[in-house]
Amino acid sequence: MPPKRQIIRDHTAESNLVARRTFVSIILVSIMMLVIIFNLYQLQVRQYEDYQTRSNGNRIKVLPVAPNRGLIFDRNGEILAENKPVFSLEITPDETGDLDSTIEKLSALMSLSENEISEFRRDMKRQRRFKPLSIRQQLSHDDVALFAAKQHQFPGVSIEARLSRYYPFKDALTHMLGYVARINKRDLGKLESSEQLANYAATHDIGKQGVEKFHEQILHGQVGYQQVEVNNQGRIIRILSFEPPIPGQDIVLNIDINLQKKAQEVMAGRRGSVVITDPNDGGVLALYSSPSYDPNLFVHGISQKEYSKLLASKNSPLLNRATQGRYPPASTIKPHLALLGLEDGVIDETTEIIDRGTYRLKNVNHVWRDWKKWGHGKVDVTKSIEVSCDIFYYDLAYKLGIDRISDGMKAFGFGEKTGIDLLEESGANMPSRGWKRARFNEPWYIGDTIPVGIGQSYWNATPLQIAQSVNFLINKGQKHTPRIIQGYLVEGAIDKIPIEMQEPIPVVDERNWDLVLDALYGTVNRDHGTAHTAFRGTDYISAGKTGTAQLFSVAQDAEYDEENVSARLKDNAMYVGYAPFSNPEISLAVVIENAGGGSSNAAPAARIVLDYYFSEIKPRDIAQEIKMQESAIASLAAETEGG
Amino acid sequence: MVEAKFTTVKTTILERLHIDAFLLFALTCLMGIGLVTIYSSGGQDWGLVNRQLTRLGIALIVMFILAQIPPMAYRRLAVYFYSFGLIMLVAVLLVGVVGKGAQRWLDLGVVRFQPSEVMKLAVPLMVAWYISKFNLPPRARNIAIGFIFVFIPTILIAKQPDLGTSLLVASSGVFALFLSGMKWKLIGFITALGGAFAPVMWFFLMQGYQKQRVLTFLNPESDPLGAGYHIIQSKIAIGSGGVSGKGWLQGTQSQLEFLPERHTDFIFAVFSEEFGLIGVVGLLFIYMCIIIRGLMIANYAQDAFSKILAGSITLTFFVYVFVNMGMVSGLLPVVGVPLPLISYGGTSMVTLLAGFGILMSISTQRRLLSR
Repeated sequence: MPPKRQIIRDHTAESNLVARRTFVSIILVSIMMLVIIFNLYQLQVRQYEDYQTRSNGNRIKVLPVAPNRGLIFDRNGEILAENKPVFSLEITPDETGDLDSTIEKLSALMSLSENEISEFRRDMKRQRRFKPLSIRQQLSHDDVALFAAKQHQFPGVSIEARLSRYYPFKDALTHMLGYVARINKRDLGKLESSEQLANYAATHDIGKQGVEKFHEQILHGQVGYQQVEVNNQGRIIRILSFEPPIPGQDIVLNIDINLQKKAQEVMAGRRGSVVITDPNDGGVLALYSSPSYDPNLFVHGISQKEYSKLLASKNSPLLNRATQGRYPPASTIKPHLALLGLEDGVIDETTEIIDRGTYRLKNVNHVWRDWKKWGHGKVDVTKSIEVSCDIFYYDLAYKLGIDRISDGMKAFGFGEKTGIDLLEESGANMPSRGWKRARFNEPWYIGDTIPVGIGQSYWNATPLQIAQSVNFLINKGQKHTPRIIQGYLVEGAIDKIPIEMQEPIPVVDERNWDLVLDALYGTVNRDHGTAHTAFRGTDYISAGKTGTAQLFSVAQDAEYDEENVSARLKDNAMYVGYAPFSNPEISLAVVIENAGGGSSNAAPAARIVLDYYFSEIKPRDIAQEIKMQESAIASLAAETEGG
Repeated sequence: MVEAKFTTVKTTILERLHIDAFLLFALTCLMGIGLVTIYSSGGQDWGLVNRQLTRLGIALIVMFILAQIPPMAYRRLAVYFYSFGLIMLVAVLLVGVVGKGAQRWLDLGVVRFQPSEVMKLAVPLMVAWYISKFNLPPRARNIAIGFIFVFIPTILIAKQPDLGTSLLVASSGVFALFLSGMKWKLIGFITALGGAFAPVMWFFLMQGYQKQRVLTFLNPESDPLGAGYHIIQSKIAIGSGGVSGKGWLQGTQSQLEFLPERHTDFIFAVFSEEFGLIGVVGLLFIYMCIIIRGLMIANYAQDAFSKILAGSITLTFFVYVFVNMGMVSGLLPVVGVPLPLISYGGTSMVTLLAGFGILMSISTQRRLLSR
């Protein structure tokens, strides 16, 4: 009860009252202090581990370090793809003091373009000001020298070096070797689905085409990590630990750069391709598609203008004709069909026809003609290959029927991808009844079968498929998968990748194969052979087959152009061949678009390449072999000494 | 009283200078800890330490001067002081200088002056003066008038807006009323009223940023890079300090600048990170010593006015400590209350030590008083 107003104050009572309240206060203060301590105990003892982790998560950043990409060598150790330092001019806006005047002064020194400056300013908005940003991507050596001399005048501006891919042989290897370019969104998606994203965390470029793409995993290597301490702005304070990246594997290709360059030389100014392989193991010695382009353009980001130029070109330089060009194989497949006929017993070595220049079927109102207007007269199987008689093969195709041809040629790899180590490959087309039904919803007519006998009709094949099919012939049914890569370069020695073999073609009678191979010999070496003129007087013995395909131009969706149409309807010239005849070590397929006849256009080109091989490459190979043996002996000796 | 007679006999130099040796020692310890922590959290900047030292010097001089003034004088001056403060507060609202998004300062030409700081002392002085005019415990009518003395400046300061200071001003007045012997029933009733008033505050009085602070306090992880950033980084700093701390100058949260406001309001997080639970308990011990000493002074003071004033000043000091530590460690929403005598900054330092000057006056000048 509140007391009534008192005149005399009871100081003791008041004192006691305040004392009690003070005491209560001490209790309350103590309780609240305990609450604080209890809370701190929770934070610092009970949840210590959690906060410790989060504190480290704040300050410790793990930065990925890109591995160096594996180098690519040819079979002679010539470097085909290397990593070269590129220099870029970088500005750290925070450190320049006055950014505008810095850019102005730089612009005067290095003659920066409006474009470079506006791009820099645009990029700057997306980035923190203490991080360096490049204003010019690729500095020339002159630029570097120019800037280095004046660097002290430009605080916050520096030259940064980074390794970037360089292809010293430029357009000689483009389609086969491919190129790398900046990782784009689609690449990121693929990397994510293959759980490789972390491995590419620091990587700038990725293989986009060719060997660079196919062997990406081997070439790329394993990302490394750098543990750094950063402050709240992400600025690196110090490096805590470093786990170095594992560089990508250096690889050695089967390619011989000199042969490749020779192939490029003979194809200069022509459209088409040259495929050269080693029939003994399927190794690809050269693979050239013409026209080509410089892959280095793509590495640093090709300009829109140049890219459009490549895309729009009627010559389709971006297409790898050797593996994606679909050509009617024409007469180059006559040996295969002859063998099929022989093995199936439809014909034998004595089978003869009389060729008067035309072929007719009963009840079919169509005349098929031989390329030789008046015919070849009496023709057996050997002569049919040597002179490339068409009538013999119209008849053979008629006798075999599409089903047997289709199956038999599929065994020779037609209509299916070869499995070469390139992703840019077409299986082309080996027609069959089922295919025609699916494609056109039409039955297969007998009239469709006849031109199949001379590799026309719906049949098309890539130059690589044709080259491969010749190897299958040479090896009597043994099938090596074509390979560009030979092995890994490990401490100076080649660690070879095992040769891949496919299910062989069953041999009924080996003499049939010899008969066909002999006919290929005759094509080159007998007087009436279609390649006899082209190969007259070689100091090696080769065999081969010419082909002349009626068109069908390969250029995909080429526009109808009145001026060019006649040139584009000219025949494709083709040649397949191998040498030496008795012990083949090189085989090739040459396709030249719209060049005319195979014997007068493709065969001479093939001869240039083969001549070069036997005069320049083979002797050197032998010398190198001796040298390698010597060095192997020497290293062995050194080893035993050391051991 | 025996005690009073005994103290009159004492003639140490400090006693003659009206300095409470125990308090001075404890305060000096805190200031030392403060300087050491500021050096670490301010990026080892001697300039910062020197400026803080200057402020401490000025504040200590103010404390020394105020200790010389007898409590009777404070009692006589209370009304004028309070009135002066109130006029200044109104002036701030009308012609104040805007800084940091709030209108808190009066520009007097030479110095900038923050009248709300004056109220931290003027309110307890006024309430203590008013309540002690009557017999204790006070009657409800007096309590009500006392509350009016508290609420006018509280609301004026809250409008600036300065939530931290208005909280401290309000508590200083409420503590005075509590110590004067206000009935428990009444306390219960007012608490309930306050609880009912909270939603009104939320919807009608609180600014958007203040509401945000409360929301962030309730769930800091909802916006870890925005509003919740301060409190999360602060808790990480404290928690990762563990039992023994990361060591002086070794606190990564503070040294690498993850912790915001690290030498001012959040300095406790720096201290906890570098000195751990052991250091924190030591620090709390010093604070506790000061508070208990202050309450003892209140208890042994000779008249009701001195008792209430001393108790109120001491408990307000505790509110500083509690609110600051509470907000830094995530127990309370973030309001701008510094850690007394540790945080870098001058304004509150002077007021705090002025309060301790009054406390020392009450402690050492009892003999001059008659009943």
